[in-house]
Amino acid sequence: MEMNVTGPGKIITLTFGDTEIAISETLVTGWIVMIILTALILWLTHDLKVKPTTKRQAAAEWFVTFFENTVRDMMGDKFVYYAPYVATIFCFALVGALISLFGLRSMTVDINCTGTWAAMTFVLITYWKIRNNGILGYLKGYTEPVAVITPINILSEFATPFAMAVRMFGNMAGGMIITTLVYGALTAASQAVYGLLGITFLKYFSIFQIGIPAVLSIYFDLFSGVIQSYVFIMLTLAYVGDAARTED
Amino acid sequence: MALEGVSPDTLATARAIVLAGQGIGAGLALIAGIGPGIGEGYAVGKAIETIGRQPEAKSDARSTMFIGCAIAESTGIYGLLIGLLLVFANPFIRHILD
Repeated sequence: MEMNVTGPGKIITLTFGDTEIAISETLVTGWIVMIILTALILWLTHDLKVKPTTKRQAAAEWFVTFFENTVRDMMGDKFVYYAPYVATIFCFALVGALISLFGLRSMTVDINCTGTWAAMTFVLITYWKIRNNGILGYLKGYTEPVAVITPINILSEFATPFAMAVRMFGNMAGGMIITTLVYGALTAASQAVYGLLGITFLKYFSIFQIGIPAVLSIYFDLFSGVIQSYVFIMLTLAYVGDAARTED
Repeated sequence: MALEGVSPDTLATARAIVLAGQGIGAGLALIAGIGPGIGEGYAVGKAIETIGRQPEAKSDARSTMFIGCAIAESTGIYGLLIGLLLVFANPFIRHILD
């Protein structure tokens, strides 16, 4: 498993005159994830009954109810219509992270990807703040409690999406780099053992790579991927709910 | 670049100093992991105390704990990011290599 740790590789580079548009690994993986999710959803939701008779429909209903309850708990009954958005981000992030189990580069190991999601959250927060307070009230909010700390307020406003993006990216990137390093070390160890025993026919097969990386994968890919996706949507809900809830 | 006319020996020494500095810097940046370690341990300990006292609040305590841990973690992640940048995408070494 070879991974480029300095950034996602470019699959194709399209050239239009002087401008170059690179199709990165993240984009390709993103489209694969979209196809997987679409197929999964089509399979889960075809021929639904009023009374669920299949396990498939029960699972689909449990999934929808889970997200509606989460949104209701965090934001209140009025904002249940955020459930589809949050569920989409969660599924996209989760499958995008878990796709690394199939040897592809996980989508969330790209600051552009997590940054986009964080920017979407930031737009939602700002939208609700402006809608609740008016544009002047929103701007005035930066000068509270005293006008002197306006720069700090602006900084903390932008720190929210930055922290969200970097948290997810950092977790997944750290896991990927550790996994890649362990793979490299295991290859080197296997080669050393082969050299010691005088085995030459197994040159391209590393015996230590069987099984051992799976232990790391369980933590870094499965656990970290699920927790970080969940935390991302919970933070989105908390911040947007905070901005959207009026005083009454 | 600005390094024209510098002898190869000097360049090699400069490169070695930059490499040593990036290694030490990355190591120092990861000291930031101490804070989140203590903070998360404290949060988890308190959550377990809560669950022990009120087992019926288990799911609430757990989800709040995960979010708190994730927020406490961010300073550590910043340190990790700086360490990764220094090791894999050092902006200073380009001046020496080019």
